[in-house]
Amino acid sequence: MLKGLFTKLILGVGIACVFNAAQAQDASKTLRIVPQADLKILDPIWTTAFVTRNHGYMIYDTLFGLDGEGKVQPQMVDTYTNSPDGLTWTFILRKGLAFSNGKPVTSADVIASINRWGKRDVFGQKMFEAMSSFEPIDSNSFTMIFKTPFPMVLDALSKPSGIAPFIMEKSAADTPADKQITEYIGSGPYVFKQDEYSPGAKIVYTKNTGYVARSEPASGTAGGKQVFVDRVEWVILKDAQTMANAISNGEVDLIEWMPAEQYAAFKADPKLELVKPTPPGLFDLHLNHLVPPFNNPKIAQAAIMAINQEALLRAQLINKDLYRTCTSIYPCDSPIASADAAYFTGKPQFEAAKKLLKQAGYDGKPVVLLYPADFAVINKFPPVMAQLLKQAGFNVDMQAMDWSSLITRRTIKEPADKGGWNLFMTGWSPGDTMNPLFFPPLTGNGEKGWFGWPTDPKLEQLKTDYLGATDQAQRKKIAADIQLQVYETGIFAPLGNFDFYSVLRKGVVSGLVVAPVNVFWNIKKN
Amino acid sequence: MFFFIIRRVLSTIPVLIIVAVIVFLMLRLTPGDPAASLVGNNGTSADIANIRASLGLDEALPVQFFKWSLHVLQGNLGESYYMKLPVTELIAQRIGPTLSLSVLTLLMTILIAVPLGVVAAWRHGGWLDRALMGFSVMGFSIPSFVIGYLLIWGVALHWQLLPVQGYAPLAKGLGPWLSHLILPAVTLSIIYLALIARVTRASVAEALSEDYIRTARSKGISELRVLTRHALANAAVPIVTVIGIGVGLLIGGVVVTETVYAIPGLGQLTVDAVLGRDFPLIQGITLFFSFVYVLINLLVDLSYLILDPRIRY
Repeated sequence: MLKGLFTKLILGVGIACVFNAAQAQDASKTLRIVPQADLKILDPIWTTAFVTRNHGYMIYDTLFGLDGEGKVQPQMVDTYTNSPDGLTWTFILRKGLAFSNGKPVTSADVIASINRWGKRDVFGQKMFEAMSSFEPIDSNSFTMIFKTPFPMVLDALSKPSGIAPFIMEKSAADTPADKQITEYIGSGPYVFKQDEYSPGAKIVYTKNTGYVARSEPASGTAGGKQVFVDRVEWVILKDAQTMANAISNGEVDLIEWMPAEQYAAFKADPKLELVKPTPPGLFDLHLNHLVPPFNNPKIAQAAIMAINQEALLRAQLINKDLYRTCTSIYPCDSPIASADAAYFTGKPQFEAAKKLLKQAGYDGKPVVLLYPADFAVINKFPPVMAQLLKQAGFNVDMQAMDWSSLITRRTIKEPADKGGWNLFMTGWSPGDTMNPLFFPPLTGNGEKGWFGWPTDPKLEQLKTDYLGATDQAQRKKIAADIQLQVYETGIFAPLGNFDFYSVLRKGVVSGLVVAPVNVFWNIKKN
Repeated sequence: MFFFIIRRVLSTIPVLIIVAVIVFLMLRLTPGDPAASLVGNNGTSADIANIRASLGLDEALPVQFFKWSLHVLQGNLGESYYMKLPVTELIAQRIGPTLSLSVLTLLMTILIAVPLGVVAAWRHGGWLDRALMGFSVMGFSIPSFVIGYLLIWGVALHWQLLPVQGYAPLAKGLGPWLSHLILPAVTLSIIYLALIARVTRASVAEALSEDYIRTARSKGISELRVLTRHALANAAVPIVTVIGIGVGLLIGGVVVTETVYAIPGLGQLTVDAVLGRDFPLIQGITLFFSFVYVLINLLVDLSYLILDPRIRY
């Protein structure tokens, strides 16, 4: 009996090994991607989670896109006009646009989608405040009429991140903006396989055979969104070592965000290739201006002077290939980046900081620095920052917690000793930082603004000026003024730029499009 | 025995109520807000407040608890804050991988550990006995994630015999199912092999020193029959007890193993739910695991009746 059982066991293991080889061959029909995070929320208008935004780009299209040079290009729109007074915008949709269920895309779908987006997105709200009517002309064209000129209409409609204005079917877009949609009929290059949706395990998309791609080559979030594979599977892997093992074994084809600790191993593996499909991102130190001591701009400036970008970035990203110091509040290779950072050098200025603290009358009360110990992407920063702040003369209380607790804690407006906070760090993707009006922490409207709640009317005025600017030179100048104002008030400060690397199987995967956000069309698999 | 079973089943009700109250309160009293997690990094305080209201998190704790309890009594464990799917559906989606891994681990463990323990007791002090003791110490000492990574490195990456991650349901065939589960099951079974083999060895060794064994041998019964029919049968109660405890421990063990091998089971679902503060999901999974634990204990108690006719409830 034992002999029989042993034989069966060996046979089973044999079958499993043979099947494993067969499965490796079968993989060529499907592109397997490890996304940056698990896809738990499917409505890209309801949340600002990056992974949900990327899911949005898989299955929905947008009226306009940003090309590889950051210029706005029509996407679902064929042609558009703006009246000489700048108040009336008319748009005509491309012919042949259809949803994945075969129904044509109409102006009614577009208007419902943009209306819903305008209720959720801060920039969308600004656009709708300036608008007097948004009506269809016929099933294929529509107009936007403004009370006052709103020169950034196209920038709004091509907004790549935060909440991007995706076009959905009217029935889904009519869902109240504070509720999540439950139907996922797309207008984009892929179809979401809801019947195979298994959050935490696998998210499946198939090619949308009814999608009509533009004739131009793919560029950024614009151009022809061609699909060269039958099926895309997002394989949810959270452990960095498991990701490395899986791609090395050929079980996945592409890792969207390379874990920094695996950089050396990936670089040394001849079967793998590292690429940078998005421009650099940005890490920031954010200060709470609502409560002491950073409600005093001098004390906020002293904290910013303590920053040692090189030390912080080295601790977090380990390898010098992965980061660059940069004193601009925008990524340094962004068209609006400015080298004029006033007193901020990115290098520690402890003596100057101590002098400022003395002048400002810092009372020595501990400043609470939030430390997200579980969040590997930024969890090396706080211990280094705490030490730098101490060297600058601050009394620091670094409080460890998980990321989920941190994002709850940062909503508390009470003083730090009553459950509030003083400082925390976070990171931004290039899609968030390319326009001062999209960049969430650039707010000066007090408690209505982003966490930290600075009150800075001059900053708000500069943003209004930016909105009205019509040419790039003017925008660049105002963006530089905004930067100086941020340092003057001590709103936040950059810790440096970092590269988003993707890892792919060399010779197997090609065609990744460079865009402000990670996009997965145009990819070929051999 | 019928009344014993009824009594034991009824006794699970207060256990589950206590678990439910403790989990509910612990989740609400620890820091972390699901609304803040849901909104993403770009969201504002106003967005968070709106989501809190839509989830009913701004209501008083007793009101929240009353509403949830009412749903549970109707067999409704609620809906995940994130995935907008019923908790029961999510548990059903994930139970397959965890059950497969647990059953395979348990089978492998029992089929290897019990014979090993019996032989070690039979050859007490011999090389096999000493080897088993050495293996036991090793099995207890090496963390399962280390064993997991070593197996992945050798079997999956170096020899490329088995996949490094993932799960294939049994519906896709025995081959795919086994190929994804062999390494995780081996990883998980090492510690239980060590535990059960040691207990078996000790129990059988004690039984082998009893008078009835000497009597059996003097009657000329074969050594195999002495070991299985007389020694093992009489040593079975402690072995079954430790297997029962092992099944309970397995629930914790699968969390680490599922993470190392990226198996989308209940362990990973639990970790995700805790990190995201998905209250209905955490509460649902905890209730489910508590129920399973109570059920296992009941089965172990009932098995005593079969294994030892002297035991009566």
